[in-house]
Amino acid sequence: MAVIASPKAAPPPRTRRGGGALGARHRSRRSTERAVVNALLLLIALCFLAPLLWLFLASVNGTAGLRITAPDPMTLDNFRAVLTTDITYLPMLNGLVLCGGATALCVTASVLAAYPLSRYESRFKRPFLLTILFATGLPITAVMVPVYGMFVQVDLIDTMYGTILFLGTSSLPFAIWLTKNFMDGVPLVLEEAAWTDGASGMQTLRRVVLPLMWPGVTVVTIFTFIMMWGNFFVPFFLLLSPDQQPASVSIFTFFGSRGTVQYGQLAAFSMLYSMPVILLYVVMSRLIGGGSALGGALKG
Amino acid sequence: MGDLTVTTAVPGKGAGRRRTDARPPRPAGPLSPAARARRSLLRGLPVLPSVVLLLLFLAGPIAYCVYYAFTDMRLTGASGARFVGFDNFTKAFGDPDFFNAVWLTLVFTVVSSIIGQNTLGLGLAALLQKASRGVRSVASTLVLAAWVIPEVVAAYLLYVFFRKEGELNSILSFLHLPQQNWLYTLPILAVSVANVWRGTAFSMLVYSAALKEIPQEITEAAEVDGAGRWHRLWHITLPMIRRSIGTNLMLNTLQTLSVFGLIFVMTRGGPGNKSQTLPLYMYEQAFQNSLIGYGTAVALMLLVVGALFSVLYLRLLRTEV
Repeated sequence: MAVIASPKAAPPPRTRRGGGALGARHRSRRSTERAVVNALLLLIALCFLAPLLWLFLASVNGTAGLRITAPDPMTLDNFRAVLTTDITYLPMLNGLVLCGGATALCVTASVLAAYPLSRYESRFKRPFLLTILFATGLPITAVMVPVYGMFVQVDLIDTMYGTILFLGTSSLPFAIWLTKNFMDGVPLVLEEAAWTDGASGMQTLRRVVLPLMWPGVTVVTIFTFIMMWGNFFVPFFLLLSPDQQPASVSIFTFFGSRGTVQYGQLAAFSMLYSMPVILLYVVMSRLIGGGSALGGALKG
Repeated sequence: MGDLTVTTAVPGKGAGRRRTDARPPRPAGPLSPAARARRSLLRGLPVLPSVVLLLLFLAGPIAYCVYYAFTDMRLTGASGARFVGFDNFTKAFGDPDFFNAVWLTLVFTVVSSIIGQNTLGLGLAALLQKASRGVRSVASTLVLAAWVIPEVVAAYLLYVFFRKEGELNSILSFLHLPQQNWLYTLPILAVSVANVWRGTAFSMLVYSAALKEIPQEITEAAEVDGAGRWHRLWHITLPMIRRSIGTNLMLNTLQTLSVFGLIFVMTRGGPGNKSQTLPLYMYEQAFQNSLIGYGTAVALMLLVVGALFSVLYLRLLRTEV
């Protein structure tokens, strides 16, 4: 940084590869700056790494405690201990049914809804979209107590399909919004051709629009699934019997009911439970070329 | 299953007039008003499933929320729900625990969302732009990993990190800094930091996208004119991404207002009620104390605050819809 002693003396050359003394000074300033930036970033990255590192090391540690230590002995026993029907397979299957069902419901409904919203003008369109956007902001946690009360009254409490319906609906506003944005990106020209040939709106949606926007639909699907897979409070409030609970709730029983906490097993289970969404995220970021495209889509 | 009569209002939703710049699916011609109405209805039909779902499972519970908030409904003996007017609200405003929850929610939101996630996210986005490729991918992968892993896993990891025998204290002792039993002495700070750890990726993504849209010529021109680093940040970068800042702050705040699982797993609102934010207070009143009516009144207040923020958010975006 000391190199920037006289910043006004020499305007930096327009091109990065400017020759001569000026270019050299400029280059060295740049490289100092880059070194500082890199160091800062690595420091922040280290803070983010520490808890994750514990997870990795504890999961293969036979005597895992709360500190980050080298596994002693290095073992897969933790995984072996948790890979049973009760601890892993059933909760994962429940999670798959719950989140898979809710995602299917949510994505189907939002693709259908997005088509007229993207393609036709109507005086209902603007109020509807505003309501949808408004709903994306509502704190769903606040609705959980009345949802619980309502589910008790209409006898949907502790049912998988009831929970699927609620979970799917709670993600719907955002999914509609995202799908509509992706659909707006599909040009009208091809559809007009299909229309002239006498295809109906729904045929056009299935044969023309969806094939053109499958990366968009996949992103919405994966994003919705990831959010649901990690959702704790919806199944926590609405699914009461242990044999129906997904991994997000069953992980809770590692504390309490099993006496002293087996940190190694907790870590192993956390790894297994996180793996699907990490893989899905990688697929999704490949599809949209890095995370920042999603950032652009998210900001509306 | 719920009140189906509400759906009668639906068919008009999303019904369409012909878009002027697009050719209609059928040969254009003079249509009678009845035919036009039928076509509009047909076009709006695909919106129906979403509207039904949203009315039943989102608008329905919100209506229930308003209704329960004015009753003394309890978990036990559902028949005993009586209309009690504003009693629940008067009770809340006379309860020091409620104010404690409001205060902690405020602290949690300001510290973890407005200061923490927002500033760190912007800083990360700015640094990532200038970093070497390898460092960039390592740093952004780690930040994103914290965001992608499920909420409960994140909560456990941070719980372990902040425990008395945990990693934070071992780092502090290595640096010869004073140690604490964080989850007991400063639980609200611990859960706030946990929320920053978990949620910063979102701000980072939003700001990375925003910074990418600033034309390079503008920054370079300012550099040529001798504008220093802070000057450029204050007078060029920040004004140019102010819309993203607004959106991001709003979304972060809404997100943070409804955080439940993270705090519940880490501290359960304790010790005592030292980290009991509004969602946890609501949970405790409704389920542990069986006061559904009172818990719902608290939920309604939370919902109203969320709705106000949501309206603000809409105003920020109003040019886009």
